[in-house]
Amino acid sequence: MTSEEILKRLQDQFGEAILGTDDSSLNLTVKVASETLLEISRFCRDDSSLSFDLLSLVSGVDWTDRIESVIHLDSTAHKHHLVLKVDCDHESPRCPSVVEIWNAADWHERETYDMFGIIYEGHPNLVRILCAEDWEGYPLRKDYLMPDEYHGIPNDFQQAGKRPQKYNPRG
Amino acid sequence: MIFGGTMLSNGLVFARYSLAEWIQGLLGDRLEMIPEWILFPLLMLAGCLVIIGFITVFALFAIWMERKVSAHMQCRLGPMEVGFHGALQTIADGVKLLGKEDIVPRHADKLLHYLAPIIVFAGVFPLFVVVPFSEKILISDINLGLFFVAAVGAVEVVGVIMAGWASNNKWSLFGAMRAATQLVSYEIPLGLAFLTIILLAGSFSMVDIIHQQEGWLSNWFLFHNPFMPIIFLSFFTASLAECKRAPFDLPEAESELVSGFHTEYSGMKFSIFFLAEYAAMYVVCAIAAVMFLGGWSTGIKPLEAWLADSAGNPMREVLSNTVHLVVIVTKSMFLVFVQMWLRWTLPRIRLDQIMHVCLKVLLPWTMVAMVATSAIELCWPGGNMVLTALTIVIWSIPLLWTLKAILDMTVGIFLKFVPSGR
Amino acid sequence: MGEATNVTEVPLPQGGTVAVKPGDFRTEEMLLNIGPQHPSTHGVLRVVVRTDGEIILDSQVHIGYLHRCFEKVVENVTWTQVTPYTDRMDYLASMYNNLGYSLAVEKLGDVEVPERASYIRIIIGELQRIASHLMSVGTYGLDVGAITAFLYCFRDREITLRIFEEVCGQRLNYNYIRPGGVSGDLTDEMLKKIDDFIDYFLPKIDEIDNLLSMNGIFIYRTAGVGILPLDLALDYGCTGPVLRGSGLARDLRKDEPYGLYEQFDFDVITGKGEKGQLGDCWDRYMIRVREMRESCKIIKQALAKIPEGKFIEPKLLKNVKVKKGESYLKVENPRGELGYYIVSDGKKGPYRCSVRAPSFCNIAVLPEISRGCMVADMVVIIGSIDIVMGEVDR
Repeated sequence: MTSEEILKRLQDQFGEAILGTDDSSLNLTVKVASETLLEISRFCRDDSSLSFDLLSLVSGVDWTDRIESVIHLDSTAHKHHLVLKVDCDHESPRCPSVVEIWNAADWHERETYDMFGIIYEGHPNLVRILCAEDWEGYPLRKDYLMPDEYHGIPNDFQQAGKRPQKYNPRG
Repeated sequence: MIFGGTMLSNGLVFARYSLAEWIQGLLGDRLEMIPEWILFPLLMLAGCLVIIGFITVFALFAIWMERKVSAHMQCRLGPMEVGFHGALQTIADGVKLLGKEDIVPRHADKLLHYLAPIIVFAGVFPLFVVVPFSEKILISDINLGLFFVAAVGAVEVVGVIMAGWASNNKWSLFGAMRAATQLVSYEIPLGLAFLTIILLAGSFSMVDIIHQQEGWLSNWFLFHNPFMPIIFLSFFTASLAECKRAPFDLPEAESELVSGFHTEYSGMKFSIFFLAEYAAMYVVCAIAAVMFLGGWSTGIKPLEAWLADSAGNPMREVLSNTVHLVVIVTKSMFLVFVQMWLRWTLPRIRLDQIMHVCLKVLLPWTMVAMVATSAIELCWPGGNMVLTALTIVIWSIPLLWTLKAILDMTVGIFLKFVPSGR
Repeated sequence: MGEATNVTEVPLPQGGTVAVKPGDFRTEEMLLNIGPQHPSTHGVLRVVVRTDGEIILDSQVHIGYLHRCFEKVVENVTWTQVTPYTDRMDYLASMYNNLGYSLAVEKLGDVEVPERASYIRIIIGELQRIASHLMSVGTYGLDVGAITAFLYCFRDREITLRIFEEVCGQRLNYNYIRPGGVSGDLTDEMLKKIDDFIDYFLPKIDEIDNLLSMNGIFIYRTAGVGILPLDLALDYGCTGPVLRGSGLARDLRKDEPYGLYEQFDFDVITGKGEKGQLGDCWDRYMIRVREMRESCKIIKQALAKIPEGKFIEPKLLKNVKVKKGESYLKVENPRGELGYYIVSDGKKGPYRCSVRAPSFCNIAVLPEISRGCMVADMVVIIGSIDIVMGEVDR
């Protein structure tokens, strides 16, 4: 299916729930409201003409005023793609989890939570995956400031120039 | 001869102390002033020292050999720096291991952790008592030789389990449990193989078993009847498991269990485990040589007769013993080489698979072969030339295939130039 | 006695429970940490395993020990400065990381790639696939306990590394494929060397087959172990040899050709379950061995028709102009589909660069397929998924 056909199929099915497309993207990108994400996702997977059976990537983008949760979908049968985007609030980003539809989303959503702080509602085990469990802040947000130290390990990046001359691992 | 033909009787076990007797005989009258009760333990001690020396030298050599064999199988050179082609590398490593800190994990059971390597070594070392090198170079010819091997050989596992338990490490514990499971599996085909040989030889004694196989090569128990090679293969497979060599190196399984039961051992304790492993390799191979390959017998009847005819000719006696020593060590070393060859070729088997192999494959085959051998022994006591010929014909195909593989590996390397791509 | 017997229900590994009374033979479950320092976790993977004896009841994968904030770092550098960072993700297939990134940038920036550069990318990329698969096959032998196969593979991998060293001066982190082309040309001498290597290498694959793939014990250990059904593989987003091992012929080089792959003739290898069941460890392993032959085929074709010409526009080595927008592009890495999601705000560097790391997706399925296996199988399954922790943790 071409991009237009996929878009038409989705618009026919959901109408107003499809908020629009993102023209700056080279792939077909569909913006959806967070309330309808689960319904649309399930349709994308189960509809025989779409059959997006492979979830490729869940990621996030911080646009300083909002955080986008981006889902990249592939179809192994029809060899077409779709990008689903959900806008989240920047202060307390929330988005429904699609783990129940594609298990692949599990780790990707944990990573996006880890990096952007998007709370994926309905995720079975939403804990940090790459950073340490007690890490503070969400590193990939544009307003993120690296902490001065972590468990006594100084942040050399911010202390460049005033690093102690002698490194004493025991003291 | 002060105690010529001395038989120390301890219940049912009779033993002939050949080495001590021989040394005493060679030295002759010069020792007559020393009382027997002092001289005899002294000579026994001398014999033990010879054996300890042999184990150490053999382990040094075997470790070097293992490195070289593996290296050449893997397109490498192996150790090349220390001594001629790295011959002294093992000594250098031994010195390094001696200087290493002896680490005991904090929550380990200190006593057991300390005892385990000793018990492992103690499980292997006494086996050398019955391992013959020649008619005279033999610490003791116990009349229950094979039984002794089966009984004492299993003690090693106790040490392994102790090591695994005492280390307070889950991986070590896994290794120990695997060793125990493995023991239960391989001991049975091993025991059946012993039983078959005892049935054929009519004796437990190592020397008697070898004497039964003297004469031509066809007298070797391996060629006794078409079923004997099955017993031999089954024994060899089980013996690989006995000394924890690949593909049965489950208790140490470095890719699965880090290092298995000796994960928490360092320095000299670790090298004692190592020493015991290599000593066990030699023991099982020497026993296989005794049981199936005629022991020290050269397999050439006139030569054997000439060597045996040493009455009143001490030089002939020394020569005969030397030849026999060389022959049995060569046979054992060949089997040791096969063990190494297998180790560097085969992947490791899984725990449930080793039980499957030992209990469902080796055991029935050995059982069938044993029953068949007993029936044959009943019909034609002492063997039958037709059966021997049949054995050689049937088994020549795998034998020739093995020989071809060996030739490919040794001569083939020189015949076939492999472009290095450099 | 006289006490009321309190019966407890103990779960069995094969499902269901068994009633246990006090005094009965009782087994205890044990928590076992495989990794982060373990010989067979291919880096710093940590799997917490709940075992009953040697049987795995459940497992949980912990990652992140090698996290180096790739995605954060590249937000602060220019478009061309990103490529050295991509090298460090999948350090066994760096060329492919460069390629994926470069293709994504080229797509977004409308950069023309010279035809010779495309051919060089295919030759070098397939050579990299061979090198990566050799590593995977060799270490898999090591996991199963066959050490010699590992060294045979490394002997041949060494030659590919020497070729790479000659091509770009590096043995592991190449920074060779750049947006707009490649950083250096392949001389005729190097092309000859690659040709010689293929001629030398093809018979060596049979050697690996003889020594490892068709070895009885190896088949015994891997066939029928860690079975990954196709629907589960798709559900967990597995790609590459892991997905093809489950029987689906999905290869981006065929399905969505990038570069010039549509011009080449090769087969997509899929698992058939010939030794055990479809989707077992042996299938996944064997796909890699067979793919090396296909890679040789592709290199031979590319060497035969590589055109003369430029390999990059020199000004593109400085920086690339990329318009505002975003693109998502996937390439078929030796481990699976490597995707780059690039967002540009029209400035000198990426606004956001997110990576779909194939190992990251593939390893997530581990708890599902290792349930009920033994600890020794766990090692075999991890090896068959072929992870690179640099890529999982990024």
